[in-house]
Amino acid sequence: MRITLNGKATAFENDLLLRQLVQNFCRQPEHVIAEVNGEIVKTDHWDQTVLKEGDVIELVGFVGGG
Amino acid sequence: MNRDVLTIAGINFQSRFLLGTGKFSSKAVMRETIVASGSQIVTVALRRIDVEHSEENILEFIPAGTTLLVNTSGARNAKEAVRIARLAKEAGYGNWIKIEVINDSKYLLPDNAETIRATEQLTAEDFVVLPYMAPDLYVARALVKAGAAAVMPLGSLIGSHQGLKTQDMIQILIDEIDLPVIVDAGLGMPSHAAQAMEMGAAAALVNTAVATAQDPVRAGRAFALAVEAGRMAYLSRLSGPRTNAEASSPLTGLLENK
Repeated sequence: MRITLNGKATAFENDLLLRQLVQNFCRQPEHVIAEVNGEIVKTDHWDQTVLKEGDVIELVGFVGGG
Repeated sequence: MNRDVLTIAGINFQSRFLLGTGKFSSKAVMRETIVASGSQIVTVALRRIDVEHSEENILEFIPAGTTLLVNTSGARNAKEAVRIARLAKEAGYGNWIKIEVINDSKYLLPDNAETIRATEQLTAEDFVVLPYMAPDLYVARALVKAGAAAVMPLGSLIGSHQGLKTQDMIQILIDEIDLPVIVDAGLGMPSHAAQAMEMGAAAALVNTAVATAQDPVRAGRAFALAVEAGRMAYLSRLSGPRTNAEASSPLTGLLENK
């Protein structure tokens, strides 16, 4: 399965839940905000969100800024 | 002396110094600077997480009780600013948004028209909106009408450290706009911040000048003290400049020279 993760094409062998993706790639999942195909997915729905071929995922968080 | 508080969207703050969190050499230094400055409102930005080098989140370094003001930096129009704001709210750290819509990479000037549009949209969605703007009376009035909680006019270009190049325009906003006027951008020295506060600004926001100082913790404290001094000077209603000299020692009871 191929998805676009934060602008980069990324491939996975198995099906993946959004929660697993966040846990695999982010050190502190509790501070991550996720968007799938332009729609925000609330944390409580990460376990029910199965990623599909072609999904565009944005994982964002706060950084220093003025 | 009466208690003097800054009230934004019904929340009271003792400190009138807002600190930006960008460009610090480390998150630990940033934290120490926030504490030393006594700042109660700090800005942060929203970015893609670096999935290859995920590091500790900035939120772990912001003292509890600090109000987080998320900027929409990176937004080139109202639509992008609204998207960033909605994402930020999802993080669960409140609904305060500093709208920053910029599509000029040379001067980094805010696009006032798009800023008004984003403000209208986000106040309709119950955000507390503090728009960063190029100081202009009509724009400020439109922002008031759109439901902004404060206006944030620029003193000079972002990161330029030039001080209050827009002083006269900001004074008009202070005099005419019934919202806190928070001077943002370009304040390079504590004296710039003090000057803004002496004019009657409600607060001042500094980032680059503090974060890029050799000793950011001291710089943060210096700006905070300047903001406090400027505010106190404003409240003291100084008598202002005069053309002629006026002796400060009594002109009576002089020892006569014989």
